[in-house]
Amino acid sequence: MPFNLLVLACLAYVAFLFLVAFLAERRAAMGRIGWLRSPMIYTLSLSIYCTAWTFYGAVGYAARSGLEFVTIYLGPTLVFVGWWILLRKLVRIGRQQRVTSIADLISSRFGKSNLLGVLVTVLAVVAATPYIALQLQSVTLSFGVFASGTPEGWALPNRDATAIWVAGGLALFTILFGTRNLDAKEQHHGVVLAIAVEAVVKLVALLAVGIFVVWGLGGGPAEVFERIEASPVGLWEVQPGRWVGLIFVSAAAVICLPRMFQVMVVEDGDEHHLARASWAFPFYLLLMSLFIVPIAVIGLERMPEGANPDMFVLTLPLNEGQGGLAMLVFLGGFSSATSMVIVESIALATMVSNHIVMPLWLKLRPKAAISGDVRRIVLLSRRLAIVAVLTLGYAYYRMSGGSAALAAIGLIAFVGVAQVLPVLVGGLYWRGATKAGAMAGLVTGLSVWAFTLYLPSFGPDAVMARSVFTEGLLGIGWLRPEALFGVEGMDPLLHALFWSLALNTLAFCLFSLLTFPGPVERMQGAAFVNVFDEGGGPQGWARGRAEPEALLIMAQRILGEENALALFAAEARAQGKEGYLPDATPDFVAGLERRLAGSVGAATAHAMISQIVGRATVSVEDLMAVANETAQIMEYSAELEAQREELTRTARQLREANEKLTQLSVQKDAFLSQISHELRTPMTSIRAFSEILTEGDLPPELVANYGRIIHEEAIRLTRLLDDLLDLSVLENGSVQLNIGVANVQQMLDRALAAAGHTRPERSFLIIRDLPAENIFVRTDADRLVQVFINLISNARKYCDAAHPELKITVRQRAGKLSVDFIDNGSGIPKQQQAIIFEKFARLTDQTRAGGPGWGWPSAAR
Amino acid sequence: MRRVRGPLFLKRGSYRRRRLRDAARMLPFAALLLFMMPVLWAQDGTVREGTAGDGLYLFAVWFGVLAVAAAMAPWLSSEIGAEDEAGAEGRGSGEG
Repeated sequence: MPFNLLVLACLAYVAFLFLVAFLAERRAAMGRIGWLRSPMIYTLSLSIYCTAWTFYGAVGYAARSGLEFVTIYLGPTLVFVGWWILLRKLVRIGRQQRVTSIADLISSRFGKSNLLGVLVTVLAVVAATPYIALQLQSVTLSFGVFASGTPEGWALPNRDATAIWVAGGLALFTILFGTRNLDAKEQHHGVVLAIAVEAVVKLVALLAVGIFVVWGLGGGPAEVFERIEASPVGLWEVQPGRWVGLIFVSAAAVICLPRMFQVMVVEDGDEHHLARASWAFPFYLLLMSLFIVPIAVIGLERMPEGANPDMFVLTLPLNEGQGGLAMLVFLGGFSSATSMVIVESIALATMVSNHIVMPLWLKLRPKAAISGDVRRIVLLSRRLAIVAVLTLGYAYYRMSGGSAALAAIGLIAFVGVAQVLPVLVGGLYWRGATKAGAMAGLVTGLSVWAFTLYLPSFGPDAVMARSVFTEGLLGIGWLRPEALFGVEGMDPLLHALFWSLALNTLAFCLFSLLTFPGPVERMQGAAFVNVFDEGGGPQGWARGRAEPEALLIMAQRILGEENALALFAAEARAQGKEGYLPDATPDFVAGLERRLAGSVGAATAHAMISQIVGRATVSVEDLMAVANETAQIMEYSAELEAQREELTRTARQLREANEKLTQLSVQKDAFLSQISHELRTPMTSIRAFSEILTEGDLPPELVANYGRIIHEEAIRLTRLLDDLLDLSVLENGSVQLNIGVANVQQMLDRALAAAGHTRPERSFLIIRDLPAENIFVRTDADRLVQVFINLISNARKYCDAAHPELKITVRQRAGKLSVDFIDNGSGIPKQQQAIIFEKFARLTDQTRAGGPGWGWPSAAR
Repeated sequence: MRRVRGPLFLKRGSYRRRRLRDAARMLPFAALLLFMMPVLWAQDGTVREGTAGDGLYLFAVWFGVLAVAAAMAPWLSSEIGAEDEAGAEGRGSGEG
């Protein structure tokens, strides 16, 4: 197999993945999600659990330790088969609280504490860095197998260059498709679909090798069975401690690994999909491990002495001259590595940006929550974090020199992330778990893990001095990293697993029992533990102190203008208000916070809202609920509260209606005098000139001139009457519309030309987006043009800017077209916005008006 | 917290659905027990030639557990959201 061909195939495969991701994104953008969110895609995306470590390494593992490799798959099988117990709750909470990462979940559960988020983030990054390095190593190794020409060769002339190309490509892909949207709930469809495709490739590749080995080389299942019994692999004996311990740690890892959490909870938190995945994902794992032992056995038989069993999957087909199969395997391994790195870096980048960068940024520039462009900052910090995570992985790979010691890293990382498990499970099922407990547990677990497993993995004298290994920390004998408290002779992995989790859980429980949680913490605890009882937990925002405008502006910075407007308008409708600004009820603010949390994480969202609303205060009802959980009182007070709010709202609506009526009556009077004036002006000139004409004795050119004036004035009069008629026709709802197909651009052209006569002395800068306007719509063109003319001439008349500008934007959304006319004038004051769609209203005359004020009403219809 | 309790006895249909949820909770523990069998076999001291036989056993058990899970999944899926999760079910311990 020529090396160049391999590189070419690899590039083609990558290009194919880009295409898949791109098409999926486009499909999703058009709103045709369909099968992009289905149980099958969900199950396949979960397969990022199988990294290159398991793809290549499982055979090596089997060659060395027999069946022990299955434990890595049995743990997840138990967790998924038991989805009803834990995963269902996790997914429900993830959806309800709009969790963005596992760090976010922990921080949110324990009173939205950012410190906890930082702690989990640090733990995740530390554990993941070597793991990412491992993936880079596996890709370079498999390149090396091809490059050297001989199956056993490991030398790749430009090993580091390969790694850096791979890392760079992955960063590019991840940034392109992983940081398009801010809201974690606007899923990364492109990434997920690409990963699903990669999942299929790696399964097919491994199955193909397995079938080739069993039927091609081994002579059928029966003979392979005998060969296994005869081979050294067959002499395996279970080590009970490791067997139990590894099943446990892999079960913990599948829950706690940031990338698993990302695909399981964040990307597609649907419990029905989970129901299907509960057996389909373990089945995928079963298929992945089905042929591992046969490959290991046949590999040991046929490959030369000293060949690396970690690469049997690749070297065995190569050795047998199956170039095509080897290529497939290479792509399978490549898929395993890349999909893991992509999702892991997205998950880590989300954590880093939400829990480290954003809080820092908000602290440095507190005003920015309200005025700054948060959206851009978050995306930028996420992109930088992706690059940083991959750089760390690459640096680790360079530092460790791609040593064989890396192979052990997979399990070390598993034990590291398992430290989150006690806090996670405790937080989900035990309301007594507190922030201090979680903090103590995590810090203890993290340090014990680092001391007993992570740092020793670099070898003596690398990070820790040799003397620490033999004599213990500070010379204290029972603080030896591999024999803590004098427990000697235990398997180092088990030793670390046991002590780190035991001390972690102990500290977590002890501190939880001894400390007292804050109010927000207790409410979050109740919301998490009793997630199935009621929709949403109690909220902690005091009533009505927030200015809805301030909230809207902030929401726009994060969710984007349209989404924020839609959200606010929907809430306003639900509250029975007109316009787009709802009242800042506690429910609404809490809902908004959850929505923002979906973008920037719970702690940051909480902090940002606090800056507007003020400190998170607890209402009397909430306090009563916490202090004296009497269901009846809660229910009764909630009822009273609801009634009171209903009354307040009705009263306010009445008041608003009343004000509007008063204003309208004033305006009606004004309008009547205005209209009589408007009609009188042309009438007067017609009368005057016709009188002059009847006197006769005039030069013909003067006659013609006067005739023309009379004609023009008559036309103006007709137009005024027409307009008035239009209004009443629209008012009575009996409009005759001539629906036809019309081009928006042409209509705007017509409207601009016609409205140019209004105050022609003012030069207006018109900003348009011609390509966007080139759309055909079904409408009554004449009437729509009239609406446009009204709006444009209104802008010309009333825009009070020194250099007036008018921006016309045309947007298409969900089959509807919206045309916005935005001028740079001072705008319509808020209290008057409610009445501009009323017939006779004209706001205070700043410039001399030229119309009676019926442009807006017909635009509203 | 004192909660309003549901009826003490249930109709046949609801009773079946409760037991289905119970089964869903028990399955992983049953699976764990079966996956632990190699450990028990290793205790008897006699040297066995394990990989092939144990492997066959493990994969068979694995497949069986998944078959049971697959059979229950559609039923459980229809339980999501439709259920009153309250009542006799454990709802997480109160705060005291």
